[in-house]
Amino acid sequence: MSTRAWLLAPTPGSRLQSRLGQAYLRWLAFRTNPLACVGLAIVVLLLLAALLAPWIATHDPLAQSLGRRLLPPSAAHYFGTDALGRDIFSRVVHGARITLVVVLLVVVTVGPIGLLVGTTAGYAGGWIDTALMRVTDIFLAFPRLILALAFVAALGPGIENAVIAIAFTAWPPYARVARAEALVIRNADYIAAVRLQGASPVRIVLRHVMPLCVPSLIVRSTLDMAGIILTAAGLGFLGLGAQPPLPEWGAMIAAGREFIFDQWWVATAPGVAICVVALGFNLLGDGLRDVLDPKQGQ
Amino acid sequence: MDGAPLLDVADLHVRFHTRTGIVEAVRGLSFALGREKLGVVGESGSGKSMTGRAILGLVPPPGEVTASRLAFKGRDLRTLAGPELRALRGRHISMVLQDPKFSLNPVMRVGDQIAEAYRQHHRVNRRDAHARSIAMLEKVRIRDARRVYDLYPHEVSGGMGQRIMIAMMLIPEPDVIIADEPTSALDVTVQMQVLAILDDLVTERGMGLIFISHDLALVGSFCDRVLVMYGGRVMETLAARDLAHATHPYTRGLLSCLPQLDKPTAVLPTLTRDPSWMGS
Amino acid sequence: MSGTAHAIRVGGLDVRFGDIHAVRDTSFDVAAGESFGLVGESGSGKSTVLRALSGLNPDWTGGIEILGAPQGRRRSRGFHRAVQMVFQDPFGSLHPRHTVDRALAEPLAIHGIDDVEARIERVLAEVQLGPGFRFRYPHQLSGGQRQRVAIARALIVEPKILLLDEPTSALDVSIQAEVLNLLVELRRRRGLTYILVSHNLAVVGHMCERIAVMNAGRIVEEMTTEALRAGTPREAYTRQLLLASRGYDRAAAAQFRSFD
Repeated sequence: MSTRAWLLAPTPGSRLQSRLGQAYLRWLAFRTNPLACVGLAIVVLLLLAALLAPWIATHDPLAQSLGRRLLPPSAAHYFGTDALGRDIFSRVVHGARITLVVVLLVVVTVGPIGLLVGTTAGYAGGWIDTALMRVTDIFLAFPRLILALAFVAALGPGIENAVIAIAFTAWPPYARVARAEALVIRNADYIAAVRLQGASPVRIVLRHVMPLCVPSLIVRSTLDMAGIILTAAGLGFLGLGAQPPLPEWGAMIAAGREFIFDQWWVATAPGVAICVVALGFNLLGDGLRDVLDPKQGQ
Repeated sequence: MDGAPLLDVADLHVRFHTRTGIVEAVRGLSFALGREKLGVVGESGSGKSMTGRAILGLVPPPGEVTASRLAFKGRDLRTLAGPELRALRGRHISMVLQDPKFSLNPVMRVGDQIAEAYRQHHRVNRRDAHARSIAMLEKVRIRDARRVYDLYPHEVSGGMGQRIMIAMMLIPEPDVIIADEPTSALDVTVQMQVLAILDDLVTERGMGLIFISHDLALVGSFCDRVLVMYGGRVMETLAARDLAHATHPYTRGLLSCLPQLDKPTAVLPTLTRDPSWMGS
Repeated sequence: MSGTAHAIRVGGLDVRFGDIHAVRDTSFDVAAGESFGLVGESGSGKSTVLRALSGLNPDWTGGIEILGAPQGRRRSRGFHRAVQMVFQDPFGSLHPRHTVDRALAEPLAIHGIDDVEARIERVLAEVQLGPGFRFRYPHQLSGGQRQRVAIARALIVEPKILLLDEPTSALDVSIQAEVLNLLVELRRRRGLTYILVSHNLAVVGHMCERIAVMNAGRIVEEMTTEALRAGTPREAYTRQLLLASRGYDRAAAAQFRSFD
């Protein structure tokens, strides 16, 4: 029996087979969307660049060479060199690591918090819902960049503080999405059935409500990543995120600002990188939304 | 039935092209409708609803409709362009759906919706349309029609909503009505009252009615003629009064698996589906 | 009424949702092993009675006694093993991301019952679904198959009482016959007590020995199925319901009135 036939078997013989079969069906659906595939390819490239940065980079991203400053793109320096003679291509490749770390740290902290707060509020209802949602509203009321600025001003500039600041302002929309879903789910008959089996509210939220909210949060966070990257780059540009000599894309653009008319490549290379990655995450998120929507398949 | 049929359908097919292949919802259906009540009965997936939609050109996009003949009073429906088809829909053929909640505009007074339906096809002023609508509401036996005229859809009950739908569909005085499970969402007693209204109007105006339903017993008692569908095909067509003497095993099976108050049985007979019903 | 053990006793049950008085002063008893039908039109309160009995709706007053134990708003673990429910909509009553296997294993995990494998296989066989269905997701099942899974899920904790809320009204008639036969067979084999809520007099007549007709939150009339079959209901409302269930009749429809 071929792998494909095994995956698509109408009567799966084990838990694993039925789960893989579902995943394969989703992949088949995802594959039909060319833009989503482009998004996936960009994100995979970003991952590879981050993972293999030392091997891909042609130079040491931090090595200065004042004799070779502001050289235009050439075979020796694919994207040229910056004001301190550092190879921009190598810095962009290493910058992928920083971008990825920022994005992952934010998503890893924000997703679970939003999911927990949202599903608890939505399922419990009553005063718990009111209390949790008012707290959410308070956080939602702060403009992200301003709060991040305040944070960084208090804690000092640096990539870690930028992550904390972004995470702090990013979770409320996740809680709102999860709550909206939980409000619908809690009235479903399958939740009534599990209540009648005597399940505790904690068990119902963790095992029955949350798994249904996860897909829309994955979609939401993928679409959000572009925004997170831009905020991180914005903080870097203002000199409040990653500090020199770290090759963070936003900071690199800031450094290239002075030479933008004469040595355009200094700011352009990291700028294009930000654009492409942000676009990639957006396309991927759109594609995932079509496949992961819990309402699909009935 | 007098002379030429109102609707003449031959070899109707509805196909959907999907990733896994072609799904045929209707496979070669033929029938003629006169000034009568024709019941189309079948279980879910039998293609009965798609048949109704195909006649009105309302099959959703990936679907493809073909027929060797699809004519309304001799006019070929297959060749009609969009605007002509829209003019025909509502004016000459109209459709009543299962749930009035989804078919009525929630932010428009029900009376205005009926008047709108009338003005769409008749050049009259607002006042005449208003008077006509009130008269129509009275026709579907709504007491206090003037008050009901000003209500919004969420303010009316299911039974009244369905009567309003019928008023809206009948006011342009169509020749053919296609009713897709028009009373399935209603309680039995209300169902009977709504059917009585439909019955009177159809008989009085000499219209043709296609009554699509899953309820064989109801169709048998309400319609003149019954068309039994299974898997997109017609299993058998017979006069409603002969339903008890149906010859096709599918029809007989459907009738016998219903629990009946007067004939108690310990075990209900179940239906054995014969693959040959789908064949040739 | 003395002598027989009562599985369910309901006395003076009242349910209100805000201003709406959904159930008014409703009382009935169901003997152990009996099948009791609650019939009525939409809004009659029949499903609300069932939800109050099951503990899903805590906003009621009056007395509910299950297997001799008076019930409050919160139900014990033992209650949940003794009383289970089957819902109307087969598309809404199964978790869309759980396989049949997971749906059946969950109640066992909640009650700490072991022997999971054997129990799941046995209950699937009992509802006439082969082992091939075990790892399917709900969207890979037909309406009738889903309803069988819902029945299996209710049965796996070996309850004494099954609350059936319109279990076949969303199914095609041929599938309805199969599911009704299955329910009759399961009751006979396991000695279950049923309360069946339905709008369909014929279905209730087929399944139940005793029937209560509800209208506008009250029980209008309680009678045996024989009395219903004989066509001798006392109340005009029941007679009208019976007439309407016999199919379309122009003359009869003209006489229908509303009983509010």
